[in-house]
Amino acid sequence: MPKIETKNINLYYGDFHALKGITMSMEPKTVTALIGPSGCGKSTYLRIFNRMNDLIDNVKLSGFVLVDGQDIYEKGTKVDELRKNVGMVFQKPNPFPKSIFENVAYGMKVNGIKDTKYITQKVEQSLQQAALWDEVKDKLKKSAFELSGGQQQRLCIARALAVEPSILLMDEPASALDPLSTSKIEELIYELKKEYTIVIVTHNMQQAGRVSDKTAFFYLGELIEFDDTKIVFTNPKNTKTQNYITGRFG
Amino acid sequence: MAHIDDELDQLKVDTLGMWTLVQLQLRKGLEALTKLDKDLAREIILSERRVNAYEIKLDTDCENIFALFSPVAVDLRFVLAVLKINTNLERIGDIAEGIARFVVETDDSFDTKLLEITELLLMYEEAIDMLETSKKAFEMEDTKMARSIFKKDEYLDKINFNANEIIANYIRQNLDHTEQALYALSIIRKLERVGDQSKNIAEEIIFYVEAKVLKHKTE
Repeated sequence: MPKIETKNINLYYGDFHALKGITMSMEPKTVTALIGPSGCGKSTYLRIFNRMNDLIDNVKLSGFVLVDGQDIYEKGTKVDELRKNVGMVFQKPNPFPKSIFENVAYGMKVNGIKDTKYITQKVEQSLQQAALWDEVKDKLKKSAFELSGGQQQRLCIARALAVEPSILLMDEPASALDPLSTSKIEELIYELKKEYTIVIVTHNMQQAGRVSDKTAFFYLGELIEFDDTKIVFTNPKNTKTQNYITGRFG
Repeated sequence: MAHIDDELDQLKVDTLGMWTLVQLQLRKGLEALTKLDKDLAREIILSERRVNAYEIKLDTDCENIFALFSPVAVDLRFVLAVLKINTNLERIGDIAEGIARFVVETDDSFDTKLLEITELLLMYEEAIDMLETSKKAFEMEDTKMARSIFKKDEYLDKINFNANEIIANYIRQNLDHTEQALYALSIIRKLERVGDQSKNIAEEIIFYVEAKVLKHKTE
């Protein structure tokens, strides 16, 4: 069973038709890259998986979005539970104005977990998974703002992992980072793929090539091509995809 | 370990796999030739398909690494070197197959005197040794070892250079062995090509490790 599946998704912002009949599926423990020029609908598509678009006025959605076979837009879906299962990392690191420890512990505490031993263990485990533990283990009480941009982004990834999601959504997670931090995030994605299903929006074509198993090319709200990344980057079937990835338009 | 490192490691493993197969083809060719073992020769001809399959796989893997990882510096040189080494190995595979076809077609064992005066078997051993040395040099990134191949190639060139006259004299004295003498000359030509391919491979190893281009230069 696919981990994520969408069937004939149409999404409107008011009168603007932002996603046009998108049908695709993502297998468990794979990385799917969403690429395309600005305004093509890739971030909008990403945000339907944890119902982030619900927060925007005048959004109308039709079609089906299935996570683990369950329609997440069905009446009665607990959105809080959904967002625990579907973590998200944004373009700009957004740590809370709290200590490093509290940032990672936050999600657990909000979800009512009070067992201090469990929380401490989970904070360490999440920071290790995010490849940040060795750099912060001696300063967990320091403010998260004292970390570099790249470290802050990995802290945000640790924060997302602490509530034990099975899916991670990443919206240009490295576009605000320097090349070294970008490389660390990419290596992290490669490691996290062993346990999580990851969907990443990226403007960086090389990044899509390096980190993803599948690539979806969006253009003007349509899914133009969705295939193995190897195929998309060596022999795309659609001329628009070819022109985009070779930098001839967009 | 970074993703690209995994891909490059795997590419190296697969390249060494092809190397081992081609070495084996060449070794079996020598055995088939000395024992006139036609079954072994047929086995070599059949195994040539595996060499070809390896070549296509390595080509595709290199293409994917270029497309997906945009390698630079030593990584770029490594993938470029593998692409060319792949072609050279495939050609050595073709040569082993060609020698096997002679064995299948010929009726009589080679005259030992002919093998002796042409130094064909010594040449064959040296060609195998060159291929083995190049494999070790690639595996260990040892450019000193790679450079040792150039000297060995000169030895093969010398045998090849002398072959015309030696074989012409032999034919004059052994007209009934003309056909196998021509086969021997052809095999010598092929082994000389193995030497050239191994030399090309050595140049690629030096290019990859030291970023030095030795092509069309005398070192």
